[in-house]
Amino acid sequence: MIKRSILLLLLAGLGSIFVGLMLNYTPDEELNLTARYYAEHTAKDLGAANIVTAIIVTYRGLDTLGEVTVLFLTAAIVGLVLAQGKRKHVHKHRKLPPAGELLTTGTRLLLPLILLFGAYVFTHGHLTPGGGFQGGAILASAVLLALLSNPLKRFSHRLISVIESTAGLAFVLIGVLGVLLAGGFLDNRILPIGDFGDLLSAGAIPLIYTFVGLKVGAEFSSMLVSLSETKEL
Amino acid sequence: MELIAMATGFLLILIGLFGALNNRNILRMIVAFTVANTGVNLVLVAIGYINGRTAPILNDAVPVAEAAKRIIDPVPQALVLTAIVIGLGVTALMLAYAYKLYQTKGSLDISKHTDLKW
Repeated sequence: MIKRSILLLLLAGLGSIFVGLMLNYTPDEELNLTARYYAEHTAKDLGAANIVTAIIVTYRGLDTLGEVTVLFLTAAIVGLVLAQGKRKHVHKHRKLPPAGELLTTGTRLLLPLILLFGAYVFTHGHLTPGGGFQGGAILASAVLLALLSNPLKRFSHRLISVIESTAGLAFVLIGVLGVLLAGGFLDNRILPIGDFGDLLSAGAIPLIYTFVGLKVGAEFSSMLVSLSETKEL
Repeated sequence: MELIAMATGFLLILIGLFGALNNRNILRMIVAFTVANTGVNLVLVAIGYINGRTAPILNDAVPVAEAAKRIIDPVPQALVLTAIVIGLGVTALMLAYAYKLYQTKGSLDISKHTDLKW
């Protein structure tokens, strides 16, 4: 019980710090300097309607590259950790009960729609609230649905890794093209900026976000597939 | 408005920490960590909120010329987008390690895993 009271004491201390923070918090009335710069220059310089996308893909594009790298490392480590434990020659698959009519039919109906919606979300990242990471997660949820309806389904690891590495390579290549043709690494003005608000506008942002979406979708799918292949229970 | 969101966020952080420190089951600890993670994201988004303004997406409702007066701070939102994705990666890693721990000891109880305890 002494452990429990120490824990409660710790949480009470932390809670009082939080309450103090909240009581002294005065919300901004105006945008700060950085945010104001982004608000005023995004449409003119980059042609992107979604300012968050402009920050993620262009202004702080290098950070996004790092983020994608972290995700890639995570997927690789999950694969490594789980593959070591995989015993070969296990063929004691228990007979699984069938997934049921609703789930199988629903999967067949929904799978293409979910994939299409994922592609919509990452190609419209510069216009609507969405983008590569969200779209990639939606693509991976299609894989999850397929795994739910048939847990023994096997996806091709080779296909997933080919998609992932091609998309990653294309992302970096576009970044390098930015150095050669425009202002710097991952500059989106290597393509014409186009009309504000069109699908094919904002320079390379839709292209970059498509590759990010494919890469993130492939990474999440590979994590899901690795986790699903660990059944021996 | 932003105070409500912030209070919820701080509360979620506390609940998550309580769950992570109070539970002995590794899976429950992982779920508690994701709850705390959500709380941190909520607090970050709440800090970027400015009363009476709208999302940082320019369209007919938010013309480009008035953008600086109509939108909320986009930087915390970009930060939180990153944080969500990294949080998902961390959760996947924790689940993979939990699976390995279960394989070695046949139990998800953290008090059974004492190899590194001194």
